[in-house]
Amino acid sequence: MITKSLLALKHNLSTSENQIKFLGSSKLTMFSEKLEQQNLFPLTTNKLEIFQVNLGKMCNQVCKHCHVDAGPDRKEIMTRDTMQLCLDAIAKSGAHTVDLTGGAPEMNPDFRWFVEELSKLNKNIIVRCNLTIILANKKYNDLPEFFKAHKIEVVSSLPYFTASKTDSQRGDGVFEKSILALAMLNEVGYGLEGSELKLNLVYNPSGAFLPPDQMALEKEFKGKLKSLYNISFNKLYAITNLPVSRFLEYLVRSENYDNYMEKLVNAYNPIAAENVMCRNTLSVSWDGFIYDCDFNQMLEMRIDVENKFQHLSNFDLNTVNKRNIKTNQHCYGCTAGAGSSCSGNVA
Amino acid sequence: MKTYYNPEDLKKFGNISEFEPNLSKKFFDYYGEVFKDGALTAREKSLIALAVAHAVQCPYCIDAYTQDTMEKGCDEKQLMEAVHVAAAIKGGAALVHGVQMMNKYKELSM
Ligand code: SF4
Ligand code: SF4
Repeated sequence: MITKSLLALKHNLSTSENQIKFLGSSKLTMFSEKLEQQNLFPLTTNKLEIFQVNLGKMCNQVCKHCHVDAGPDRKEIMTRDTMQLCLDAIAKSGAHTVDLTGGAPEMNPDFRWFVEELSKLNKNIIVRCNLTIILANKKYNDLPEFFKAHKIEVVSSLPYFTASKTDSQRGDGVFEKSILALAMLNEVGYGLEGSELKLNLVYNPSGAFLPPDQMALEKEFKGKLKSLYNISFNKLYAITNLPVSRFLEYLVRSENYDNYMEKLVNAYNPIAAENVMCRNTLSVSWDGFIYDCDFNQMLEMRIDVENKFQHLSNFDLNTVNKRNIKTNQHCYGCTAGAGSSCSGNVA
Repeated sequence: MKTYYNPEDLKKFGNISEFEPNLSKKFFDYYGEVFKDGALTAREKSLIALAVAHAVQCPYCIDAYTQDTMEKGCDEKQLMEAVHVAAAIKGGAALVHGVQMMNKYKELSM
């Protein structure tokens, strides 16, 4: 089990600069060339729908595949002032959904304040809850009730319906706690048939392989979680791991990098490329900079328009919508097979 | 080190068309059809393929179908149970010939 972030370990791949250098060093076809072949380069935006906010890199877990390099040793978290800038931008953005992520977003001391303010804007609010946070400390035990009170959609990772595959990716004991947390969410009405409280699960492979067919897997997860643990949920999103941060480090260390990248490139799907999530999403970092997606955020590929990095303090929807999306070799993870986004398949 | 099997050769499977394109095309079309969802799911077929791969002891197929079953959402227990199915049939197939041996033994004995 790992307990420290790459940053704390001073690992070579902890910096975005080194990751980008590494990704560019292989002989694979450039992602931009693939886009060019279908007249998609440079990639441009569609109507903004999802405003994603990363509330910080602090987390109670240290998952092996984490593209955020999150963990208890990460101290970068969003201040209330920056949250206020988010609220102003969201009100102007026209996005119908606000997606809160992290780290563990609930660990931000202003999390509840932010959700309460967001609720006044009449948006669909998503929280990416890692489940174990609900049990990590007494002060988080009432999160299911809090989520319910604000009609938040809960999206949670569960890589498998067995302990061995879940714990090997997310840490010892995570599966058992996740099942307890799911039961608490079910208890207040989340994920039950007919309930308007949505509980969606995220599957991502615990290793160097691609995700299965989303629908077939959802069926299997539903059957197993119900029969083994009496757990209910709404949808399952099957997500591909992108070669960023800790997953990149894992690929390199386990000598799976070349084969994995080759697999992604061979599975390139032009329809998925047309529908990549960055076309209808903005992603804001803890310090208020604006990115095309959470992956670009971790690679510090900031949006720039007319050579100016975009920050919430001068947010203008028309300006950011005029941008060309920044792509690189990691983007192959979004276009493989049925495609991958924060809400699962895109093709 | 030189060996008879080279993992890199698996990726070159398609190259068999170089010497005989028509039959190879027919084979790969057929292969593709076989593994689609049908009366059996693609996942069930992949597990059968993994078991057969062990029975015929093909290292290429073992690599390919270990990865494929993982990509179909199977876990280590399911993979190992499939291998045991292959082992049971192979073991059983050897043992059931024991009856033939016994027949012959009795035929030759006083
Ligand atoms: S994957 Fe999620 S839960 Fe795991 S360390 Fe990263 S942010 Fe935390
Ligand atoms: S990694 Fe980000 S920028 Fe690249 S295709 Fe995926 S969503 Fe778009």
